[in-house]
Amino acid sequence: MSDLVSLPATTRTRGPLPRALLVGLFIVGLQLVIALMTLVWTPYDPSALAGQRLEAPSLIHLAGTDRLGRDLFTLIMIGARIALTVGCGAILIGGLIGVTIGLAAAFAARTLDDVFAAGLDILIAFPTLLIAMLIVASSDGASLWTATLAIGVANSAIVARLTRILGKRVLALDYITAARISGSSWLSIVFRHVLPNIWPTLMVNLALQFGLAVIAEASLSYLGLGTPPPNASWGRLLQEAQATVQTAPLGAIAPGLALVALVIGINLLADGLRDLSDPARRSA
Amino acid sequence: MSALVLDIDRLSITSGARRLVEEISLRVAPGERVGLIGESGSGKSLTALASVGLLAEGLVPSGSIRLGGHQVVGAADSALAKLRGEVAAMVFQEPLTALDPLMPIGRQLAEVVRRHARRNRHSMDRRSVERAVLDLVRQVSLPHPDRLVRSFPHEISGGQRQRVAIAMALACEPQLLIADEPTTALDVTTQAEILTLLRDLVTARNMALLFISHDLPVVAGIAERVIVMRQGAIVEEGTVSQVFAKPAHAYTKSLMAAARSFDDALEIPR
Repeated sequence: MSDLVSLPATTRTRGPLPRALLVGLFIVGLQLVIALMTLVWTPYDPSALAGQRLEAPSLIHLAGTDRLGRDLFTLIMIGARIALTVGCGAILIGGLIGVTIGLAAAFAARTLDDVFAAGLDILIAFPTLLIAMLIVASSDGASLWTATLAIGVANSAIVARLTRILGKRVLALDYITAARISGSSWLSIVFRHVLPNIWPTLMVNLALQFGLAVIAEASLSYLGLGTPPPNASWGRLLQEAQATVQTAPLGAIAPGLALVALVIGINLLADGLRDLSDPARRSA
Repeated sequence: MSALVLDIDRLSITSGARRLVEEISLRVAPGERVGLIGESGSGKSLTALASVGLLAEGLVPSGSIRLGGHQVVGAADSALAKLRGEVAAMVFQEPLTALDPLMPIGRQLAEVVRRHARRNRHSMDRRSVERAVLDLVRQVSLPHPDRLVRSFPHEISGGQRQRVAIAMALACEPQLLIADEPTTALDVTTQAEILTLLRDLVTARNMALLFISHDLPVVAGIAERVIVMRQGAIVEEGTVSQVFAKPAHAYTKSLMAAARSFDDALEIPR
């Protein structure tokens, strides 16, 4: 009978990397290089007045100047650093707290799980702004870190809820029961079966959260709860350009484009990684 | 009689105020092949899950279940974990969800092999694990073992997946194999192959088998003794020939009649 059944003709040959992954890697990589570069070099001093107010783009000022006369391109480069820091920090904090709570809820007994679920719903209803104000109030004042922490904590509720649902779904499958019957411990079930199986969906969600975190930081900065000047984040640049958007639209367009590019890049990267982690897609 | 592999005594399972299984008693001796028949919802699968202490939350067992001589009802999960792989292993109905989709088949088998070795306190190097895995794959008559261990579950057929699931259960070298409708999701030819395989493996290893099905002919082909369940209670029990030759209970009769009329319908009219 053995030859009636077919198997993949050859052993797995790794197909080409998903295109999404390559494009995402390129965009995010470029922004990362720029962000790292600002640590040692920027075209102009970000807090110095480098030219006239609201200059048009030229070879000297690639993106023109802002309403104070600072070099906009320099500010956007520094913005990349802030955006990446906030985004990575927030999804790291949100992911760590969220996945832990979510898995605990998924494994917990039903009554405890109800408590978790209700608690998470309350936390989700709680605006990021309030959480940020609480954190700022209990620390030395607003900084990049308080903003990141606040956004991360706010994100964690959403991550936890998603993890809980995904985890519960995987836990109900036969291979988990089979693993339990063969005597594997909860911990090994979490790390071998549950996390790898929920990771692809979780990762795409975290990538979305990354974009939202960058935007949330902008809103917090606007209210004085985010990155303080002179470290202009993209959000702050957008808000500062608000007043002059009709006369000098580039002030809003340039940081906006940088933000959009980063968010798209991160999402492509996550999509590509998901495809890579799915054996069915990879061999197709 | 502590020699019984599975000794269920007046087991009831309740969910809130509802009784799902009512005072059933069931025994499986070492090496014995027992069929558990009944329509869906009759409590067959619940009984099976209860006997390894894996009832879903909210389902409360009462009575006594002794698995390999150890009480399961009310036992702590840590005590059960030890008991499970050692005494009983299980094969499920749905081959699609029986394997982790993200793990190559060889790795899934290796994990069980390693765990079983650890439990018996002998360490295995990578080579001998690999050998044991290939050996298991061969025992369930899967083709091209060395290629198959590198495949992912979606790359092989349902029948092949079910064979892998059986191999995983065998890796634990249990005294009792619980098969919960293992052939229901398969086509008829594959069904017959899996049944033959199960019977041969169980007989060769002197393993006890608790075979759960709603399908009379299937059970008749593999079990020595059958137990008929309906609405949470056992309505009839006996050897295969007894029960099938002379069904005593009206429900068994109606099950047989249904199976017979189905067979008749398939015959080509002349």
